[in-house]
Amino acid sequence: MSNKDAHFEKTKSHMIVTLAIWFFFSIVVFMFGESLNSASFLGYPLAYYMTAQGSLAAFIILIFWMSGKQEDIDEEFGFGEREDD
Amino acid sequence: MLKGGFIQNLPKIYGLYTGGFIVFILLMAILESSGVSAKTIGQLFLAFTVLIYALIGWLSRTVQVDAYYVAGREVPTVFNGMATAADWMSGASFVAMAGGIYFGGYIYMAFLVGWTGGYVLVASLLAPYLRKFGCYTVPDFIGTRYGGNFVRFCAVLVLVIASFTYVTAQINATGTIASRFLGIPFEQGVWIGLLSILMCSMLGGMRAVTWTQVAQYIVLIIAYLIPVFWISNKFGFGIIPHFQLGPEVARIAELEAQYGLVKNSADAVKAAGVPGGLASISTAHSAVPAGSAWKYISLAICMMVGTASLPHILMRYFTTPSVKSARKSVAWSLFFIFLLYSSAPMLATLSKISLIDPNLPTGIIGKSISDVQNIEWVRNWIAVKQAYIADFNNDGILQLNEWFMRGDVVVLATPEVAGLPYVISGLVAAGGMAAAMSTADGLILAIANALSHDIYYKIIDPKADVRKRLLAARVLLVVIGALGAYIASMRLTGILGAVAWAFDFAMSGLFFPLVLGVWWKRATREGAIAGILLGLASGTAYLVYVAPAFMNRTPWLQIDNLRFGIIGATVSLVAMVVVSLMTKEPDAATQKMVDDCRVPSGKPVISRQH
Repeated sequence: MSNKDAHFEKTKSHMIVTLAIWFFFSIVVFMFGESLNSASFLGYPLAYYMTAQGSLAAFIILIFWMSGKQEDIDEEFGFGEREDD
Repeated sequence: MLKGGFIQNLPKIYGLYTGGFIVFILLMAILESSGVSAKTIGQLFLAFTVLIYALIGWLSRTVQVDAYYVAGREVPTVFNGMATAADWMSGASFVAMAGGIYFGGYIYMAFLVGWTGGYVLVASLLAPYLRKFGCYTVPDFIGTRYGGNFVRFCAVLVLVIASFTYVTAQINATGTIASRFLGIPFEQGVWIGLLSILMCSMLGGMRAVTWTQVAQYIVLIIAYLIPVFWISNKFGFGIIPHFQLGPEVARIAELEAQYGLVKNSADAVKAAGVPGGLASISTAHSAVPAGSAWKYISLAICMMVGTASLPHILMRYFTTPSVKSARKSVAWSLFFIFLLYSSAPMLATLSKISLIDPNLPTGIIGKSISDVQNIEWVRNWIAVKQAYIADFNNDGILQLNEWFMRGDVVVLATPEVAGLPYVISGLVAAGGMAAAMSTADGLILAIANALSHDIYYKIIDPKADVRKRLLAARVLLVVIGALGAYIASMRLTGILGAVAWAFDFAMSGLFFPLVLGVWWKRATREGAIAGILLGLASGTAYLVYVAPAFMNRTPWLQIDNLRFGIIGATVSLVAMVVVSLMTKEPDAATQKMVDDCRVPSGKPVISRQH
């Protein structure tokens, strides 16, 4: 397998992991909205909290983490950008 | 005056600008206390901010193609995040979102998750790869990846339909704000709004829009957050409302149980003479309605996938200096969006509790109707048909289901209800104007650029020189803007449909052709054409089938007119895969192009000047 293919394989698995986490916070959590709401967080009903703030904050952290990790993958295979590009 | 170039000094420049804006707000507060009328303060707010944007637009004028289409690809990560946030948050987000949450409760809040979760798709599936590709517009990617003018034309078609659905609502919002605060008729307000929008974009294209959007973001976020924090602190609900409103949310649920959530029959509402567009509270604030999971999730899916397909957002990531910064910039965009979106439910909570809690001095529910009618803000908003009282049970006491208001009132009137000085209302108007203008600019530019670059330059006249190309771009900008303003001035937006439609159109026609273009080498031109056209056609046909304004049939699986993108995108995916597999594999050059766009290093796939 060429370097490029290996890089893409790793990029692809990273993308799939990212989307799995995304799927959890955008879809799975809200499949159980009714039961989650009986729990509470910061005094808010949990499902209400997730749709008002929780999932939104999770997405931000997820993208920062995803970008950092993808930069590492690019560096690992020598595909990182040079600053003077 | 400043050492180094413009880009190096950005933090300093926008720091000064923010400081200047705060000084201006204080100045207005001083003017207000010295007796200057509310109307003058509103006018000064609008005039001052719009003139600043116009000045930035003029300073950013350019005669270079690269600067006009992609801001010279030198917008730093964080600033691009701010510009994207302004591009994203429309007049509707600013003015209507808190009201939507106020009346729609939990299900409406699917929009919050949908309009933020989509950025994960943008960052992981599209933005860095399109940046590496080096295109000027979204159809430019489709046209180059799949090859051929027809597929390029199809992409332009979806772009125009989706963006135009969206833009009239924005021009409409600028017109509403301009007319309300300048005291001119709505029809004139629309044209003044358009003039302000064009002043930002005409001379400098993407470069000018970028730097005005950053300035507009600063105004709109200050205007949104100050009232939320002020009200929360004034009533002693908490210093940072986002973490401390739990007891108020619980109190609202308690009051809902006490009053009972009554849904008025449409006939009763009509008989009582309630003006159109006004509503009473009939949905629980924080409770999850039984069996509503799919209703919530289907809306969130449409908004997320639609977000990742809207060209005016994707093209913002063409302006960063590198692939790496395009990716990080998505995270920053979402952070800046989060500041406003996470505040909207808090504003809705504050607004609702201050109206319905009889223990608060501002509470009106449970009070005698004749007293309530004498409150100044109630009188003002009833006079302009934005609020209404209908005493259904004739007991002279205001019940929860007898108070009607328009959703926009939540943002526009809450400062007044809570007894904040008028300067805050002027600030909110400037914020709403900034939000509507920045989105309108992004959308009009996306349409005009696609028509000038993809249709005029790539298809009609590939030999056109730079001067002619930029002239065409500017003429189209004015024509598209004028068309949007003309339609907005006819007040057809109610018929043209919700902002949500733009997301559904975009996801029906563009999502899979874009994503598979990067992630599936086997995707062919014929596949892409089938994906775009069949997706768009099936989505539109389904919309006509279910939309109340058209055939009004019973939706399948609760997929109603806000969610028709699910049908369109599914058809698009199936059509694209089937047709791609039936046609010949793309040639070696195309496959190499896809390989190149998957790695950050090396030259852009399309040459820098094209």
